[in-house]
Amino acid sequence: MQEHDMSWVRTEMTLAQPAPAGERGAIAWVRKNLIGSVGDAVLTVLGIAIVLWIVPQVVNWAFINAQWTGPDRSVCATAAQGGIQPDGWTGACWAFVNAKFGQFMFGTYPIEERWRPILVAILFVVLLVPMLIPRVPRKGLNAILLFVALPIVAFFLLVGGAFGLEHVETARWGGLLITLSLSFVGIAVSLPMGIVLALGRRSKMPIVKWLCIVFIEMVRGIPLITVLFFASVMLPLFLPEGVTFDKYLRALIGVSLFAAAYMAEVIRGGLQAIPKGQYEGADSLGLGYWQKMSLIVLPQALKLVIPGIVNTFIGMFKDTSLVLIISMFDLLGVVKQNFADPNWATPQTPKSGLIFAAFVFWLFCFGMSRYSMYTERRLDTGYKR
Amino acid sequence: MASQEILREEPSRGSFINDPRIRSLFFQTLVIILVFGSIWWIVDNVIDNLRRLHIASGFGFLKSRAGFDISDTPIAYTSDSTYFRALVVGLLNTIIVAVAGIVLATVVGFAVGIGRLSQNWLIRKICTVYVEIFRNIPPLLVIFFWYSGVLAVLPAPRESIHLPFGSFLNQRGFYLPRAIWGDGSWLIGVALLLAIAMAWFVAHRARQRQRATGQQFPVFWTSVALIVGLPVLAFLLSGMPLTFDFPKQSTFNLTGGFWIKPEFLSLLLALSFYTAAFIAEIVRAGIRGVSKGQSEAAGALGLRSGPILRLVVVPQAMRIVIPPLTSQYLNLTKNSSLAIAIGYPDLTATAGTVLNQTGQAVEGVFIMMIAYLVLSLVTSFVMNIVNARMALVER
Repeated sequence: MQEHDMSWVRTEMTLAQPAPAGERGAIAWVRKNLIGSVGDAVLTVLGIAIVLWIVPQVVNWAFINAQWTGPDRSVCATAAQGGIQPDGWTGACWAFVNAKFGQFMFGTYPIEERWRPILVAILFVVLLVPMLIPRVPRKGLNAILLFVALPIVAFFLLVGGAFGLEHVETARWGGLLITLSLSFVGIAVSLPMGIVLALGRRSKMPIVKWLCIVFIEMVRGIPLITVLFFASVMLPLFLPEGVTFDKYLRALIGVSLFAAAYMAEVIRGGLQAIPKGQYEGADSLGLGYWQKMSLIVLPQALKLVIPGIVNTFIGMFKDTSLVLIISMFDLLGVVKQNFADPNWATPQTPKSGLIFAAFVFWLFCFGMSRYSMYTERRLDTGYKR
Repeated sequence: MASQEILREEPSRGSFINDPRIRSLFFQTLVIILVFGSIWWIVDNVIDNLRRLHIASGFGFLKSRAGFDISDTPIAYTSDSTYFRALVVGLLNTIIVAVAGIVLATVVGFAVGIGRLSQNWLIRKICTVYVEIFRNIPPLLVIFFWYSGVLAVLPAPRESIHLPFGSFLNQRGFYLPRAIWGDGSWLIGVALLLAIAMAWFVAHRARQRQRATGQQFPVFWTSVALIVGLPVLAFLLSGMPLTFDFPKQSTFNLTGGFWIKPEFLSLLLALSFYTAAFIAEIVRAGIRGVSKGQSEAAGALGLRSGPILRLVVVPQAMRIVIPPLTSQYLNLTKNSSLAIAIGYPDLTATAGTVLNQTGQAVEGVFIMMIAYLVLSLVTSFVMNIVNARMALVER
């Protein structure tokens, strides 16, 4: 009997077929992402309603009806309010921001000396950009220039009083200058201080450990305003008679101490995540405590907690706006101070000024968070479980 | 010979400088000397300075007359009350705004966080835009935005915006009808308590029965019926003892009703909308943190999407969510001190006024610190209890 071979082997690959018509194209996307079910469709309608309600209003207010230039309040006020706009007009008063831009950036820094903060800003950007791009070489030199040389140069440029530069009191500083300088110094101080505190908290020496715990928990338990109050009211009492502290320096100390306590907790999280074998391996190689920490543990721990560190930076950048409470005028403070200017007081002025300030803060914070996400991806060694 | 001398030597134990115990003792002594030395120096300076400024230290000033008015007083307070009472009013205001803010922020935060995981593209994008905007601007700016940007430019009282249920909105705040409970309204409270007790009992029995026999009981709907039904029944039986005091428009202002001041409103809205952005991220991370296998396995067991969410995903997500949620609640409480910027009389603001009037800087800052530390500790204590109940029970 002849065997009947039923098996059949395909010898060539089938060509890839396009996805079914119901699964591709714009209509399928809409069906899947917008009207997947009855509930989804209702939500979509609701979402469209919200967007249609908000977006045209915002666009109208911020762009179409907005006033971009003008000499005084009349361009942003309706006829009833003593201006030139028709009754019922609402729109952003960018003219206000335009007119006060110098103040928003530098506060009451003398106008003929404003090239100094601008020069510092240029130096800062020139040093920061190569620091942030991973491919640019000589990171060590760059870091020394950015974190050691720049602060010294910036100090002499901004404060003056030497090399023929006119002395400018910190009381005349203001605006974005204060926001950026406070947060830069705060970041530069709080990171090393946070590392020391975190190491102290995990130290085997009981006294060092308890001092660190008390400091960290005390500072984390109270609001920054209380710390600033402390710095502005108590610090003068702490010093012998006759020694006075600059108000700016007091705020700087308050903000740095506050951020250091939060930084310490973030870094402690990283230290705890390093397996014990790493510590023991370093010990068995005969490394001392500081060698072990700086060569083996900290590089791994810091890498793990980059998102947390950047979040603390962002938090600190936002928190610098609180120095307003102890009557220093950072960006937000200057904007708020200018609401009272009778030359510009209209119902639209506060909103416009605040939205401008919000936009500046948002740019910096959003930039920082995006850069941290990028760094996280770049440093991801794939060992993460 | 040199080589023999070395051989004859005792095995070296190293210099005592390298002995870790002696090192640690040395460093700790150094730290103690430094810390206590600087504390002694600071205390000495403080005493010196206070004597020079003729400020008596101590907490005796708390008993003297405050002499300043407070705009929001949850308990009776006049300018004749003591400083202590002023501080208590401030503390109560802080607690009120913190609790209200925590509730509102949790509701908004959970809604937005779940929205960011929605199947719906549009909802997802709207929630993302919300989170990215509010996370990246300072809370103080949000407070100012509500206060000087939105609420201050509302119409004057005469042209108040009419809202449903006889409430009004104008630049002086938000006016709601005030509920006035008549005689016999205590019955409703009793009925509510009774209903809660009965619902708890029903839930308990239903769980026991399900363990014993496997039969389920509609606990949720029974509880809703009890908790809503019993008070309504009591309300009807006691002759509907509820009247409303509606705000009335007079020439220059609104009278009567329940008045929420713009300071409180802007602080509450700003704090809760700001914190909600962070809570949304926490909720999203929590739900994403539950592995997909869990919900797939539950589906394989035959559970539908509702029970999967309720019985499998949410209990596990809560474990991830609660610790960071606690720190957000603490942040909100601490951020409520920003009230001072718009003149809502919270603890920091009243303590600041007291501090300025009396010059008792050390005591004032000390009181503030202690009060916030206690608030933080109480909040973390409550959340730790919740966390312990949610935590994974291991052998």
